[in-house]
Order: sequence, then structure tokens, then C-alpha cells
Amino acid sequence: MRAFLTLTRRELTSHFVSLNGYAVIAGVQLLLGQSFWTLLDALNGKPFDMPVTEKFFDTGFFWLVLLLVTPMITMRTYALERATGTFETLMTTPISEAQVVLAKFCGALAFFVIAWLPAVAYPFLLQHYAEGMAPVDAGPVAATFLGIALLGGFYMALGCFASSLTRSQIVAAMTTFAIGLGLFLLGYLSQIRPPEPGWQAQLLTHLSMLEHMRDFSRGVVDTRHVFFYLSLTTFFLFLTLRVLESRRWK
Amino acid sequence: MSDTPMIEVENLTKRYAGRTAIGGLSFTVGRGEIVGFLGPNGAGKSTTMRILSGYLAATSGTARVAGFDVLTQSEEVRRRIGYMPENNPLYDDMRVREYLKFRARLKGLSGAHCRDRVDTVLGQFGLDEVAHKLIAHLSKGFRQRVGIADALVHEPELIILDEPTIGLDPHQIRTVRQLIKDLGRRHTVLISSHILPEVEVTCSRILILHEGSILAADTPDDLQQRMAGRTQVIAEIAAPAAELRHCWEAMAEVEQFDVSAAEGEFQRCALTPRAGLDLRPQIYDLVKERGWRLRELTRSRHTLEDIFVHVTSRDREEEI
Repeated sequence: MRAFLTLTRRELTSHFVSLNGYAVIAGVQLLLGQSFWTLLDALNGKPFDMPVTEKFFDTGFFWLVLLLVTPMITMRTYALERATGTFETLMTTPISEAQVVLAKFCGALAFFVIAWLPAVAYPFLLQHYAEGMAPVDAGPVAATFLGIALLGGFYMALGCFASSLTRSQIVAAMTTFAIGLGLFLLGYLSQIRPPEPGWQAQLLTHLSMLEHMRDFSRGVVDTRHVFFYLSLTTFFLFLTLRVLESRRWK
Repeated sequence: MSDTPMIEVENLTKRYAGRTAIGGLSFTVGRGEIVGFLGPNGAGKSTTMRILSGYLAATSGTARVAGFDVLTQSEEVRRRIGYMPENNPLYDDMRVREYLKFRARLKGLSGAHCRDRVDTVLGQFGLDEVAHKLIAHLSKGFRQRVGIADALVHEPELIILDEPTIGLDPHQIRTVRQLIKDLGRRHTVLISSHILPEVEVTCSRILILHEGSILAADTPDDLQQRMAGRTQVIAEIAAPAAELRHCWEAMAEVEQFDVSAAEGEFQRCALTPRAGLDLRPQIYDLVKERGWRLRELTRSRHTLEDIFVHVTSRDREEEI
């Protein structure tokens, strides 16, 4: 357990001693700021009939953050260690593969959440400056942040897996981005060009991350969605574990 | 427990796709020994060390460290070894003390004990002055010391160092050699090298690896002994070459000789004795008797280099 915590801390702090980490934080703030600004603009315009959190997500910047930032956070997790050879020193300490996989995942997710932290101020800002005009409910806000953490977790697990497959950070980043974008498009395309009603349409709705996130931002915590992301996260972490173990099979 | 050997390797084989890295390796290393793996690049030294450290698994055969199987009891084994891989990979973005503390914690040390051990190795390896420097800014010599300090921060029973002196300057090499010798007093040490004087100086036993199998295993002195029959005597004598040749032909103990002109009036004679005899007293007597002048009389000790070439080339001849 101590080794796990040590490694998690190392993973998290490694982002703060590299330029990469600050570039990620700055990028996230820029995109979220844009998103918030668009939201304010909308609040000044015609009245609309949805929670502000849903409006916030409708701007689409959230997806940019998720798709662009994930590769930047996760590309180094295994690829860099393999490239420099430190993977060998790491794996020859008395720490189990499962601990390594979990620690790297937790470090990446923690950094992702930290990059999002300033967004916590947005509801309070709204409340303070637009009192009475734009009611912010605690429920949808909490559900939204839960959704961010769940989707973030899934994308981090995906990124860690892609990074474990290669020793090149660029390849890891591109793979993560490609798979992440593909999964996003699955939902996005079905939204702009809805398929014929039938089992395909049902499947697409079920898989559509846009739908899931819309529910979260409305304040609906559907256990199916929660389970969906938790199981996908677990699945990719499991795949990563097998990749790590595979060096002993060859 | 303490009478089980530190390393027992039986019939260890590792095949990569289509290539045999090591084939049927067997050896034992007792506690407190400093053993050197010697072999050209690609002989299987690193592969063997990686298997012993639990990083790779062997295709077949077994390896035990302190009685624990490296495959099935990997964590127990890893707790007992300090391993420094080839090229000594380190995290460039960490500071020296921070790195050693991180590594010590990964290896299960905690609290005051962890701090004590980190302080001890920092002092032991002269790293105090760079303790707060970024590893990326260290010289190669310091990097190497950090690597070795990491290998023994948790006081392992067995220390495995893969090419510990590669890329160092002569002064640093001497420092590292001394470090390794000092380690041998309290730990079992396994080092690898393709440089012969390296292992000759530091190791109590040498395993010569070539193309994945052990060609010879002995102490440096015994390896010397084996080569004794081939020891040459060099004598530089001021005398007419023809007369010298005549003398060597007449001397029964000389199996082979070669006379060549050296600077001045001297002739350089390289003599191979029959069956490991020492020719030097006889040569001295001869020179005194004839009233010649003598300026050098030495018996060449075979370096491991010769032994190595001898052993590996014999192997090649057999193959052909």
C-alpha cells in the first residue's frame, strides 16, 4: 500500500515539474473560460429552458478538453518509462503489476481532476453576480462534476492502455486521441444524423457519451451510465495489466 | 536458510522469437561472493540478469535467489535484490535525494529508517554535495553512483549490477571498482562486463559467457593457472642473433623461440617453455657464462584477454 501511494504521488507530482503539466492546466483553463464566457453570453440573450450546467455542456468545449488533454496527460505514463529504461528499475522493485497500473491511473486521474478544479468557482461566480437571475442548483452541479470524473476516469484508463503499448509518447498520444475521438464521434454522428429507429439506434444511444453527459448535466445520475463508465475503466485497466504482464510470456 | 546458495540457476534457457539468448545455463553463486559475468556483447549477460531480477521470465529451466523461485515467488526475490540495469536508467526530473527516497519507499522502507538509509547511502557514495541537484544535471560518474546507491538503499542480500563502469572515465572506473569491492564484504555481488580487467580486479570468481552458455567458471588465479603452459619468457640480450638461435635450439626446455632485433645491439627473444617450466634461471646462467649483457628478463602473465580469446576461439574451431 505504501509503495502504491508513493508511486501515485510520484505520478502526480511529475506533472507539476514539467512544462507539459502547466501547458495542460493553461489549456484547460482557456477552453473552460471560453465555455463559461459563451454561457454568460447566452444568459444575457434570450431566456432558455434548461439548467445552466446543460447549457455549459452544449458549448462543446468540454469535449475538446477531454479529447485533447487526455493524450497529453497519459502519453508519458508507460511510454516514457519504456523509452528511458526506468520501466525496468520500476518493475524490479517489490511492487506488483496491479499496483503499478492503479497508481499510474490514479495519478493521471488526480491531475485531470486538479486541472478541472478552477471550474468549481464558476457556479459560485454565477450565483454571486447574477443572483436571482440564473438559479444554480447544487444537484446538477454535483452530478456534472461526477460525470466529468467518470468520463475522465474512462479516458485516463484508455490513455494509460495506449501508452503501455508503445515506447513512443507520440504514438501513445495519437492512439489515445484516435480511439477517444472515435468513441466521441459514435455519439456525435448519431446526433447530427439520427439513424433509422431500430436496434442500431438503440445501441448508439446507449453508447453515446453525449447522451450520458447530457443526463449528468441535467442532474440525472443514471446508474446505467455510472456502471457503463466504471466497467469500461476497469476493462482498460485490466488490458493494461495484461500488457505489463506480457513481457513475461514472450 | 543461510546455507542455501544465493543464486542457483539450473538449465536456464531463454528464447526470443527465433533466437536463443541463453541456452541451458547452470551455475551457483554462494553468499558473500563477488561474481563477474564476462562475455562479448550479446552473450546473454543482460538476459540472465533480467531473469534473476524477475523482469523477464525464462523459456525453461529454473532460477532461485536465496531459495526463492524467481518466477513464482517474484516479489520475495525482488525484495532481496538490488538491481541496476544496463545504462543505469534514472528519472531525470527528480533530485538525487528525492529519487533515492522514492526508490527506498517503493522497496518498502518507511519513516525514520528510510531517511537513515538514504542519508547513509548519500554519504557512502559521496553524493551529499549533489543531493539537491536534478539528476538530469549530473555528470556520468555521479549518475552511476546514484544508480549503485539505489541498488543497495534497502540493504539487499544480492546486488546485481549490469555493466556498472560503462562510459566512465578511468578515474571514475577506479572509484566504482573500489565501491564494488567494498560491497563484497557485506553483500553478494553479481556484475557483468565485457571489459576483462574489470572483472579480473573486482571479482572472486568469473563466469565466461559466450553465445548463451558458460565456457569457463573459475577464480581469476585458476584461470591464469590453466594458461600457465602457454606462458612466454621475454629476454633482451646483447649478442649476435645467430649465436642466440643456436643456444635456444640446444636448450631442451625450449619448445619454441623467436629472435628479433631490438634497439641498439640487443636482440629480443620470446621463448615458450615446455610444460610450464620457468626458463628464467637458465637464461641468466647462460648470459653470465657467455659474458653477454642482459637488459630484460620477464615472464609474461596471461591477461584474461588471452584467456578469453583462447577459450572463445577454441569454441569457434570446434564449431567449424
